[in-house]
Amino acid sequence: MALNRYWIYCVAVVLSACSGAGREDAAMAPAAEVARGSTATPTLDGVRKKTFVQCGVTTGVAGFSAPDAQGEWHGLDVDVCRAIAAAVLGDAKKVRFTPLTAAQRFTALQTGEVDVLSRITTITFQRDVQLGIEFPAVNWYDGTTFIVRKSSKVKSVDDLNGATICLQPGTTNEVDVADYFRKHKLTFTPVVIERLEEGTNAYFAGRCDAFSQDQATLAALRARAPNPADHVVLPELISRGPYGPGVMPNDLRWIEIVRWSVYAMVNAEELGLSSTTIDRARESDDPDVRRFVGTSDGFGAMLGLDAAWAYRIVKQVGNYAESVERNITPLGIERGVNRLWKDGGVMYVPPLR
Amino acid sequence: MSIRLGLSHIGSRPRTARAHAIAWQILAGAVVAGFIAAIAFQAAANLRARGIASGFDFLDRAAGFEIARGPIDFSSRDTYARALFVGFINTFRVSLLGIALATALGVVLGVARLSSVWVIAAIAKGYLEVMRNTPLLLQLLFWYSLWQTLPAPPDALTPLPGVFLCFRGLFVPSPVWQTDYPWISIERPALAGFGFQGGASVSPEFAALLAGLTMYTAALIGEIVRGGILAVDKGQSEAAAALGLSRIRILRHVVLPQALRIIIPPTASQFLNLVKNSTLAVAIGYPDLISITNTTLNQTGQAIEAIGLAMAVYLAVSVGLSVAMNAYNAAILRRGGRTT
Repeated sequence: MALNRYWIYCVAVVLSACSGAGREDAAMAPAAEVARGSTATPTLDGVRKKTFVQCGVTTGVAGFSAPDAQGEWHGLDVDVCRAIAAAVLGDAKKVRFTPLTAAQRFTALQTGEVDVLSRITTITFQRDVQLGIEFPAVNWYDGTTFIVRKSSKVKSVDDLNGATICLQPGTTNEVDVADYFRKHKLTFTPVVIERLEEGTNAYFAGRCDAFSQDQATLAALRARAPNPADHVVLPELISRGPYGPGVMPNDLRWIEIVRWSVYAMVNAEELGLSSTTIDRARESDDPDVRRFVGTSDGFGAMLGLDAAWAYRIVKQVGNYAESVERNITPLGIERGVNRLWKDGGVMYVPPLR
Repeated sequence: MSIRLGLSHIGSRPRTARAHAIAWQILAGAVVAGFIAAIAFQAAANLRARGIASGFDFLDRAAGFEIARGPIDFSSRDTYARALFVGFINTFRVSLLGIALATALGVVLGVARLSSVWVIAAIAKGYLEVMRNTPLLLQLLFWYSLWQTLPAPPDALTPLPGVFLCFRGLFVPSPVWQTDYPWISIERPALAGFGFQGGASVSPEFAALLAGLTMYTAALIGEIVRGGILAVDKGQSEAAAALGLSRIRILRHVVLPQALRIIIPPTASQFLNLVKNSTLAVAIGYPDLISITNTTLNQTGQAIEAIGLAMAVYLAVSVGLSVAMNAYNAAILRRGGRTT
């Protein structure tokens, strides 16, 4: 038995060697049991025990996850974490944030340092299948493009032939750019800098002709430029990048909670339920609304939560449109394809029924 | 003495004592081996539990990302193994040049610290204090930012004809081999597109890293050289002076050869530090082994394998360097023994 404890300690050491911190209860879960896909809910149990959700976010991308002057985090990705906390713990404020670089994010999730990774992360085959990370829902559709100086006269991606391009390691942008340039027989010189701030600064200082990231992120970075009018974000996207929160595959219940927390916000928008109207909706006779606010059908119990889980998400965080208008719109970023399907976008989620 | 003690030991004590000692050693070895095996076993089990594929298969897959042009050709279709090799060569290149330059500058600094000319000694001291008391990372960022203040490519400085210095790098003419007479031609860099094309170039990342590593390590080597020189008995140089040797010749033929014996071992560890400090390249975007490892482990998710590989490479380089320096030191000691 004593030896067993040593093993756990060793694993924590090995894992922390590559990530920062290991978590003992995750290490204690017997491998075989998890592999069989049991009903164990280590993440959910952990969240309930510590009474907060540990959420992995960016080191600061306005609109998605960035702290304000009071140190409080805001953003579209932050709202996902707040929705989960509202559903599970009853309070959207019970979230603690771990700022992560692109390179650190998956290790932080795999070692259990964070319960959910909500960090402008593109869902890809490799991340899903090979890294073994579950992406229960999509919360923003974006894609790779470039920010360039207006003075460079670059109008489209093809004008970037021979350019020096700043990139972040471990991003889909890094491989998207390599693929696009190869496909179109263009050349470029990469300058790979891990921290977003340092990469952006290198671009602003003139080290690179362009900085490649996803479009909304670049729009947010442009706002931080010494003179935003000197820079332009190219309108064409060279890849598709659906973002979604990531979780570990060993807790099916937790996966469902994350998925339906995101879906609840979109469903609320579609049902016309917002943080200001949700209280009145509790008296509604509309079966869809009744299911949503929990006055019928008892969906909350099926998720292992109480009946008012979705009500609280909308009451405390708002619906998807409110989240977008609060976080994305002020940056001058169009909602674009992220509108609801009935408004001409691609946001179309399974119904709560 | 020790032999006699050993014999009496065997003679006076029962053979079982020795057997016990051996048994204990075997047990200790087994515990250590078991400990390592337990870590490996449990790590593998946890990786499986987390659904993370492990193994080195990823090395043969196409990397999919690009690396800034270096001594070896690389394209996104090459394998991860080649990408890591490119990173290793980049590390090796900057380390080797850094060691050579830091040694040269360090010797000059060490001698300058002992100069009887006050100004020279003060400058050397000031340099040392600045270098030793600021973090190397900060120095790297300083050199990197300093380079960014250079003019843009169209207004590049041209210190020599055909040589251009701008914030994109240093561009110099380079020889190009040809198949027919005169077999060699000179290619000059020319302004084209976003910068200069043709010729050879030094990137700002490489230059900043090399400058930072060289100047920081040179300060530390300078102190070792100074210490080594001071450790040589004063009578030696006084005797040489009495023979009428010039100051330079005293230094070269009398003091430095003796000081070397003291200087080499600590200098070797500075060389090792330089190699390890080159990993700070990540901060300024130089594609060294760690930078490529970073990208690789993030694109593949094979953190333990990629980091293990990088550690093995640094260990091999460090051990190799230590062995070489120890051999050199032994040679110096032997030669010293013969001449004195």
